[in-house]
Amino acid sequence: MSDKNAEFIIVGAGVVGLSIALGLLQKGHQVTILDGGDSDLSASKGNFGLIWLQAKGSHFAPYAKWTHKAVKKWPDFAKSLEELTQINLALEQTGGYEFFTDSNEFKAFQADLKQQQIHLGKKSSYEILTGDDLRKRYAGIGDKVVGATFCPLDGHVNPLKLFSALHSAVLTLGGKIFSNNKVKNITPLQGGGFKLLALNGNRFYSDRVILAAGLGTNSLAKQLDFVTQVRPQRGELLITEKIAERLPFVSSTIRQVNEGGIQIGGTSEEAGLDDSESLNVMVNLAQHAVSVYPQLSNVRVNRAWGALRILSPDGYPVYAQSHQYPGAYLVTCHSGITLASLHCSLLAEWIIDASNQSTLEAFSENRFSISSAA
Amino acid sequence: MKIDSRFQARPKGNISLSIDGEIVFAHKGDTVATALLADSGNASRKTNKNSPRTPFCMMGVCFDCLVEINGSPNEQSCMIQVEEGMVVKRPKGLRNYEQK
Ligand SMILES: Cc1cc2nc3c(=O)[nH]c(=O)nc-3n(C[C@H](O)[C@H](O)[C@H](O)COP(=O)(O)OP(=O)(O)OC[C@H]3O[C@@H](n4cnc5c(N)ncnc54)[C@H](O)[C@@H]3O)c2cc1C
Ligand code: FES
Repeated sequence: MSDKNAEFIIVGAGVVGLSIALGLLQKGHQVTILDGGDSDLSASKGNFGLIWLQAKGSHFAPYAKWTHKAVKKWPDFAKSLEELTQINLALEQTGGYEFFTDSNEFKAFQADLKQQQIHLGKKSSYEILTGDDLRKRYAGIGDKVVGATFCPLDGHVNPLKLFSALHSAVLTLGGKIFSNNKVKNITPLQGGGFKLLALNGNRFYSDRVILAAGLGTNSLAKQLDFVTQVRPQRGELLITEKIAERLPFVSSTIRQVNEGGIQIGGTSEEAGLDDSESLNVMVNLAQHAVSVYPQLSNVRVNRAWGALRILSPDGYPVYAQSHQYPGAYLVTCHSGITLASLHCSLLAEWIIDASNQSTLEAFSENRFSISSAA
Repeated sequence: MKIDSRFQARPKGNISLSIDGEIVFAHKGDTVATALLADSGNASRKTNKNSPRTPFCMMGVCFDCLVEINGSPNEQSCMIQVEEGMVVKRPKGLRNYEQK
């Protein structure tokens, strides 16, 4: 029965829950993770794998700074995770492009970058390239590209390898992961601690509990007096047959996986909880890819899928401690791959002891209280 | 590896195609994957990590059965029926943008 008592229970074994678990375990804490089934919605199994700073937090300085820190920390994070697990994450962080075929979008994005730069100051820099600049740099870029932006800190990782490495690292360090234990109820106990009841009837007890349940967050959040509610936003992706040549660039919509396939993505649609792919979106993605890099026109698409992002009301991360039940935490974010490097370090340290990280106050849910009361 | 020892031999079919330059005979309605497996139990390709692959699921899902058919790379051989005179090549590595 000792399996069912833990110092920390994390609800949700996606990239976010696993990253926090890793951080807590590395600091010597005892962690159990409860997760749903394989058929649950899971952004961690369907994402694009970018480690991306460009324009993030243009309109919210703390997010720009937090993301900058995350991106800078990625090389060390990847190295230690690889050493621990012997899994190659295929991290490539040699800078990334945002490509534009519409000059108004190009202009608007430049304004966002400028705004972000104000928050980051000298710590970060970016380049603006005209279509011709870009074609000089890479002969294969199509005529329809009107411009591009480049941030030297951006990059990508193999997201499925990251997922499996985190999983393996957590188990190696003695964490326990119980799948098919979807949590239905969390009851704060008198005198502290929590009782968690799973749909299958299992009961678990913990001193502290962390909600990292992705799109399963909402009902549990209410039980612990959190006001945060998340919503889904669909993204669709294509992956091509494997190609021998390497794409010479990484971009936010076209990137080559280390195994050779080219992943194409970047859409966002309001589709509720429907994570299926749709023909018109796939056609647009393919057309975008071919206009950016015409050599792709005779390359075959092997698979397409949809996956649901998890968005907080304002799209920024939420790192919250319950006012009423101080042992309870809620964590959710838009870019859990990019932020993994901080979730397993600074965020875990904040959870262990909030006085460690006063900068995280900006991500508390105080910012939603007023609107949700209205 | 010849596979006659493990499966009952079929009578020779009357559709001829070439696999890596060798003429083989298949039956009408056979898939190219069937013809490949009937020809040899060896790997029909290797992944870029050098791991051997040959037709596996036979229903279009696993992509293990990829071969070049009539000059077109990475065709799913389990989804394509044999035709007289077809030219099938086992791939020698990943394709390039320009096919030679
Ligand atoms: C199309 C797409 C592209 C993306 N691209 C990028 C990118 O390039 N870079 C980047 O940084 N981020 C990207 N993201 C975002 C990133 O994938 C997510 O931020 C991250 O995967 C979220 O992880 P998570 O652990 O919060 O949620 P999930 O991966 O959804 O995991 C939630 C887990 O909680 C479990 N769960 C839910 N309810 C319960 C319950 N009641 N009890 C127990 N367990 C429960 C589920 O079973 C699931 O395993 C992308 C997302 C999408 C959809
Ligand atoms: S054998 Fe699996 S796709 Fe052809």
